[in-house]
Amino acid sequence: MTQSANMFNTRLPRRRLVAGLFAGMFLAITLIGVAVLAILIVSVAGEGWSSLSVKFLTNPPSRLWPENAGLNSALFGTLWLTGITIVVSIPVGVGGAVYLEEFARDNRLTRLIRINIANLAGVPSVVYGILGLAVFVRWLNFDRSVLSGGLTLSLLVLPVVIIASREALAGVPPSIRHAAYALGATKWQTVRAHVLPAALPGIITGVILALSRAVGETAPLIMLGGLTFCTAVPDGPLSDFTAMPIQIYNWLDEPQPEFHHLAAAGIIVMLGLLLSMNALAIGIRAWKQRRRLS
Amino acid sequence: MTLMKETPPPKQTNTPTAPHARPAADFSDAPAASDVVIRTDRLTVRYGTFEAVKRVSMSVLANQVTAIIGPSGCGKSTLLRTMNRMNDFVPGVSVDGRALFHGDDLYASGADPVALRRRIGMVFQKPNPFPKSIYRNIAWGPKINGYRGNMDELVEHALKQSALWDEVKDKLHNSALALSGGQQQRLCIARAIALQPEVLLMDEPCSALDPIATARIEDLIDELKSRFTVVLVTHNMQQAARVSGVTAFMYMGELIEVGDTNMMFTKPGNPKTQDYITGRFG
Repeated sequence: MTQSANMFNTRLPRRRLVAGLFAGMFLAITLIGVAVLAILIVSVAGEGWSSLSVKFLTNPPSRLWPENAGLNSALFGTLWLTGITIVVSIPVGVGGAVYLEEFARDNRLTRLIRINIANLAGVPSVVYGILGLAVFVRWLNFDRSVLSGGLTLSLLVLPVVIIASREALAGVPPSIRHAAYALGATKWQTVRAHVLPAALPGIITGVILALSRAVGETAPLIMLGGLTFCTAVPDGPLSDFTAMPIQIYNWLDEPQPEFHHLAAAGIIVMLGLLLSMNALAIGIRAWKQRRRLS
Repeated sequence: MTLMKETPPPKQTNTPTAPHARPAADFSDAPAASDVVIRTDRLTVRYGTFEAVKRVSMSVLANQVTAIIGPSGCGKSTLLRTMNRMNDFVPGVSVDGRALFHGDDLYASGADPVALRRRIGMVFQKPNPFPKSIYRNIAWGPKINGYRGNMDELVEHALKQSALWDEVKDKLHNSALALSGGQQQRLCIARAIALQPEVLLMDEPCSALDPIATARIEDLIDELKSRFTVVLVTHNMQQAARVSGVTAFMYMGELIEVGDTNMMFTKPGNPKTQDYITGRFG
């Protein structure tokens, strides 16, 4: 043991070199993603900035006069879709997660359900569009309404909401539950008073991220027959609708370059909406961490 | 007061039912006059096929501190957790034999663990206050159990009984998580005794605390025994010697010996007990 220093060939310079090479490689990979996003934002902003105005947000779209065309019906269509998705997917998704995580026994059936919910999160959105077309548009006769669209998007985000909520619920320490049970609480009292509040920030974060996915979805709405030219703001769940990504797609389809500027402006508005939703999710997470510490 | 390790199955006195039908426990009644509050009768607890507790028969007497000692993994926590059915939350757990609370079988088919836990409180190894205010930590248990008295008075009384009132009376609506570990544990004791239980089960309540906080909890346990029956699981033999009147020694799932604490620590009847308390193993 006295000559132990000679028993190791540490090859430190070589190991440091390899470590440095990998660090540089991963930095480059990260920068590629950031650079692509930056190029996208700069080019879109350059193209669409001039078309961006209050008028753009308040005017209905037009195929004839690009100078007067706006995003009004698409913006409100998207807000309607988001509202319906919130109303449907939060109670159903969080309820399902509470059942699976807190109440369901661990048997073959519930394991099958859990695995399939994870699988559903990976199903392409077009497939949800076909499902929505068959069930909501045709079978339930909701037609090509904003209700059909919202319900379809709800189905699309439901797996993500359930998975995020389950993870948030599973993250609540068992000691909190045991404390409640030891005071003579029923399962529901424990979940309602302690587990859900503790999991809520995580659930909200997951729901917002899922919703921001729904906001950008085009494919399922096209399947529903939403790829129509619609200038009216929805006045009820059964009215016709268009949505921001659809309107952007419509404008890009026109030959005149003026409409392409409108599409770029539409992308700016949509990116703004998505980024503020993500910022809200991050803010809620930060707020939760602060509260834990206090 | 003598204590015995019961080997013969004791006759049930208060159950005029058929021999096969286990009586449904009714925990809403006033306590019986008997000195024996909890009794286990050849109680076996298994996790899957592993026997964590093996045919343990012992009694817990009213207004005594009963300490359960033994090396890690001897089944003392498992035994404690059968007494308020907190073992129910462990997947794969099964219970044989009987655990009786005032003569009523805790594991009878009609026994309601929710009602039971109001009357048998528990304090855990690590302080586990709710991430809420001090006040709401204490008031929640009474609230869900339909407490009809004055809640403010109850909270104050519980905090005084747990020797925490003077330290927190000006910040009742601050987060309980801002308290020190020892204060949090006393808050957990206050939370348990606010339900006015008969029995307090304590599962190594000082193992996460420093010596000063430990001494305060031990003083508190000593005061609490006048009003409550305390069962204390500890791996600290000095603690058992200091605060308990009765000590039970468990080893590898079996109850080796139970008796008066002074006798256990001066003249243990079993060589294994002797080895353990003199520090030869464990």
